[in-house]
Amino acid sequence: MVKDTRLSTKLWAAANWTLIGFFIVNLFAMIATVVTSSFATRWLGTWLPAGWTTRWYSAAWSEFQLHDVLFVTFQIVFLVVALSGLIGVPAAYALARRDFPGKKLVMLLFLLPLLVPPITFGIPLATVLYQTGFAGQMSGVVLANLVPTVPFVILVMIPFIEQIDTKIEQAARVFGANTFKLFVHVLLPLLMPGILAALLLVLVRTLAMFELTFLTAGPTSQTLVVALYYAVFASGVRAVQSIDAMAVIYMVTTLIWLIIALRFVNPTQIVARAKR
Amino acid sequence: MTTVAPSIPLKQRLAARGLDGLTLLVVPAILFVLLLFIYPFLYGLFLSFEPKAGGVFANYQRFFSDSFLYGTIATTLWLALPVTIVTLALAIPIAFRVRLMRNQRLLTTILVIPITLGTVLVAEGLLNYLGPQGWFNRTLMTLGIISSPVKLLHNYWGVMLSLVITGFPFTFLLTLSYLSGIDPALENAGATLGAGPWERFKHILFPLLLPGLAITFCLSFVQAFSVFPSAVLLGAPAGPTRVISIAAYQAAFEEYDYSMASAVAMIMAVVQLAIVVAVLAARGLLYRGPAGGGKG
Repeated sequence: MVKDTRLSTKLWAAANWTLIGFFIVNLFAMIATVVTSSFATRWLGTWLPAGWTTRWYSAAWSEFQLHDVLFVTFQIVFLVVALSGLIGVPAAYALARRDFPGKKLVMLLFLLPLLVPPITFGIPLATVLYQTGFAGQMSGVVLANLVPTVPFVILVMIPFIEQIDTKIEQAARVFGANTFKLFVHVLLPLLMPGILAALLLVLVRTLAMFELTFLTAGPTSQTLVVALYYAVFASGVRAVQSIDAMAVIYMVTTLIWLIIALRFVNPTQIVARAKR
Repeated sequence: MTTVAPSIPLKQRLAARGLDGLTLLVVPAILFVLLLFIYPFLYGLFLSFEPKAGGVFANYQRFFSDSFLYGTIATTLWLALPVTIVTLALAIPIAFRVRLMRNQRLLTTILVIPITLGTVLVAEGLLNYLGPQGWFNRTLMTLGIISSPVKLLHNYWGVMLSLVITGFPFTFLLTLSYLSGIDPALENAGATLGAGPWERFKHILFPLLLPGLAITFCLSFVQAFSVFPSAVLLGAPAGPTRVISIAAYQAAFEEYDYSMASAVAMIMAVVQLAIVVAVLAARGLLYRGPAGGGKG
């Protein structure tokens, strides 16, 4: 690029950086408020709390039954991750390797659940799940969460699979491997980085998926984010600090997985997959 | 006398068109989406025409005659359109700046955080941060910009700010990925011929970016239009921020009128679709030639 040294250009650049700095400072200050408050003994009308304590964490742990909530959350999340991998990866393989009539329509079918916002399709979906008896328990929550994640895995995996040389698969076929053996011994090891990336993103998305879980969960099938919503919704009943402690637990759970996921994927992939 | 018996077996003819055992691997995923996405949508559509009381269109008549219900469309648009425009207006110049950076990873990682944390946590954080005793108001008061705390919670502004915080990173990263797809040689050619930064932006980059921006606008708008948790937690869900998803939720889970709830969900989908179609139709008028290097 040609280097521009005019004053107006420099001022414009400075304005842009100020804007982005302002955004990031506010974002971190917002997160820091929650963390500070969760360790505060009493925090009213001052810059910093009067004293520090960790007792809100044990309070939140018992008040919100976080032990059960976390157990349910991870059961749901891992079921969603496993099932979306099992359904999504073979479908992505077929779509990457074969051209068949109506393929465009099938691709559109998989794009729609990613483009339509969860709350829009969540209400009719919850209605159907309540009438079939799935909603209100874990199976309903898992089914609802799979609706956007299966297409997500498919769309992320297709370019990964297209990169693999078909000659490798042909060689395996020549030596007598059937489709199942081909998958287990040839494709799976080659695709592992891609699958891992896709499934980690599914994990992060499911942990943070509020709408679909909220619409289909019963009292015993709430995930952490839904439990947090109810706690904030009914704030005033509990101490603010104890809700903040729960929010920190949620943040840590989500961010750990985000950091792991970011080792395998470029951050822009998290949003830019739906575009086409 | 029959026609020439097909000497090629059916299986091979199908395989020639791309249909063999391997293609069938896509079937479970198709069935799944049909069963849990398409079917509920159609079911909801039919259910919305079977109201609890009254004729076929009773739900829709009720929606469009009750200002408490039809008003939600305007309320939601009044939130979603400004948010989309603000986030785009912020995202475009910043994406142009960041595009020139060698190492974008740290910045993009920071921006992914609010998307990952989700709307509920951002709402909870803003409740602390923007409150009358929160750090935001304190800083402004210490700096002498305001004399008494600004009321940013439980009104329009709380919801608006939370939507910008969760929406901006999404819009920015999408814009950045479209911008990175434009071949830098095109801009360099303009610079060689003596175009300054503003001319290069106006005549080269912006026209090439517009189709991508149209898609970004649609996706950001649809996200903002379906706002739910922050409108409840940060807004005034009974009044100024009673958005359409709250109306749908109340019909379904407070009145247990699934037929009405489906009708509201369908109206929500139609409004989203109308805006998206309008934007994409306008996009059809734009330049759609090659902008990337190599492929074009």
